[in-house]
Amino acid sequence: MSEAPLIELEGITKTFGEGAAAFQALKGVDLTIERGDFVAIMGPSGSGKSTTMNILGCLDVPTGGRFRFRGIEVQDLSRDQRSLLRRRYLGFVFQGFNLLARTSAVENVELPLLYRGESKKLRREAAERSLDLVGLLPWADHTPAELSGGQQQRVAIARALVTDPDVLLADEPTGNLDTERSLEIMELLTDLNKTGITILMVTHEEEMAQYARTIVHFRDGLVERVDRGLKAGAPSVSPATSHTTSSSVGSA
Amino acid sequence: MLGMIGATMLLALREIRRHLLRSFLTTLGIIIGVAAVITMVTLGQGLTADVQEEVSGLGSDVFIIFPQRSDPNIPAPAFDDADIRAVEMQIPGVMGAAGAVSTNTTAFHNGQDWATSVDGADSEFFAAQSIDIAEGRGFSDTEESRGESVCIIGPKVVEEIFVADRVIGEDMRVGNVSCQVIGVIEERSNSVGGGDANDVVFMPLKTVQRRFIGNPDNVQYFVVQYDPTYSSATIQQQLIGLLRERRVIQDGEGNNFNIVDTAEISETLNNITGTMTAVVTMIAGISLLVGGIGIMNIMLVSVTERTREIGIRLAIGALAREVRLQFLTEAVVLCCFGGLIGILLALGFSILLASVAELPFIFDPTVNILSFVFSAVMGIVFGYYPAHRASRLDPIDALRHE
Repeated sequence: MSEAPLIELEGITKTFGEGAAAFQALKGVDLTIERGDFVAIMGPSGSGKSTTMNILGCLDVPTGGRFRFRGIEVQDLSRDQRSLLRRRYLGFVFQGFNLLARTSAVENVELPLLYRGESKKLRREAAERSLDLVGLLPWADHTPAELSGGQQQRVAIARALVTDPDVLLADEPTGNLDTERSLEIMELLTDLNKTGITILMVTHEEEMAQYARTIVHFRDGLVERVDRGLKAGAPSVSPATSHTTSSSVGSA
Repeated sequence: MLGMIGATMLLALREIRRHLLRSFLTTLGIIIGVAAVITMVTLGQGLTADVQEEVSGLGSDVFIIFPQRSDPNIPAPAFDDADIRAVEMQIPGVMGAAGAVSTNTTAFHNGQDWATSVDGADSEFFAAQSIDIAEGRGFSDTEESRGESVCIIGPKVVEEIFVADRVIGEDMRVGNVSCQVIGVIEERSNSVGGGDANDVVFMPLKTVQRRFIGNPDNVQYFVVQYDPTYSSATIQQQLIGLLRERRVIQDGEGNNFNIVDTAEISETLNNITGTMTAVVTMIAGISLLVGGIGIMNIMLVSVTERTREIGIRLAIGALAREVRLQFLTEAVVLCCFGGLIGILLALGFSILLASVAELPFIFDPTVNILSFVFSAVMGIVFGYYPAHRASRLDPIDALRHE
């Protein structure tokens, strides 16, 4: 199990619509992500990075190709089976935070555990631990409306972490934040990555991508370039091209 | 799963509280429907009980027979003792028959006077009409056969002219006849002639026939008590046949008498109440249907409003059926609240209307429980489609929803 890569994409295609209106968002993506990596997915809008993220997050299925996650062939799974996969192994952080309004921070963090059928006591303990990890325990009883954007994103991260996931998927996590808050969030993600969580992040900001160990560049529905072995948590480093290696399963 | 339901329950309550006015307006259809059904059923049962009590005052398993003109120009002859004996002897299933006469009079006692009626009736009549003696005794055979001047009086007469405590053994005057009071009857709800059944002086049939009517033989009407194991319809047919023969009615002529069947009266009244209840229940059913559609509508609105929330729940791993359960629970809780408010409203209305209409208030747990269960079922029926729609949302689209 530990021998196989955590995530393997093989010839992934994704077509939206049918007939003349059909649009091919992904044209055959090959990508391998190892356990414990910190991956930034970059590319101009329309390049297919969000579609890839949705497939990696088991929210969507590819039209063609194979997606293996922990050796499981995800493209063959039903909707509910993918839900169970998300519940078990994945945590999500969104650009728009996506917290439940009028619901306290701690209750938001508890939510994934509810679907795991954990007891109320255990849910509360785990949620508080998770909030403590992102430094928001004193704000546990506040609703999202009473929190700043940065704090809301921390709550969202706490929610993603509360189930102790293998992978944290972050879709433009700093897109709605100012620079200072963004850097704080990135520091937090870097710290989390050091504890062993694999992080997949979509971003269009070069500065944020600098925190990643691997940067995947998308263009026109294909992986254009994969930069591996970057030094994570070093925002001052300029775009590293010296470490560029051709992807083990290069673009088709 | 149990914790899941508890949590969804809390969530549903919170959602309802968040939109208190909207929730109330949504459930109004159910509230009105439930309140209407329960109120009408409760009042209907009160009415039935009331009617039953009135009819039971006429005696049960009893026919009451009186002369009635079939042709307005020809008077209907009265019945006499021979008719009564013939009915008793010749019709199988008849346990007894007793005639009665009645006339208006004035009763005097101790300087008080009171306009009332004097009824001639023997103990057989008392038995058939379920008239019980509250105090003192009934007529003896000797008193009946000799037509003695003894009387049994109704509570109303006691109240009007007996000021002193003593009633039994006192002498009183009824019209021109003085008599001794030997008994007082139990309070009654109804009499054959209508009017107050408690405002009456009973004397033996023979006494009244001789001294008030002046005809020792005729009765104004008679009651026939029959064995309830016999068919009342058969007995009625035989009664009609016998009486037509005795009264020499030709074929093709109408009966110059009328037979009242107390069982028939109560049945007719029950049918009327039943029909009334059915009609109101149908109207209430329509109201419930409209209410249910209201629930469905607001649940669809709620699903649209909360698309993003649904997206979040799906993304973090909620199963389709868990999302469905959440919205279904909300609809059911909403409907249960409607049912509960409806039941409370009905309770208030029933008590109020029963007292206004002078009907007994009878609380029927069955109809209340059924209404509540029905409300919950409405929640499931009309909440299912919106809940299903919520569960089928695509998480990606739902998360993008503004």
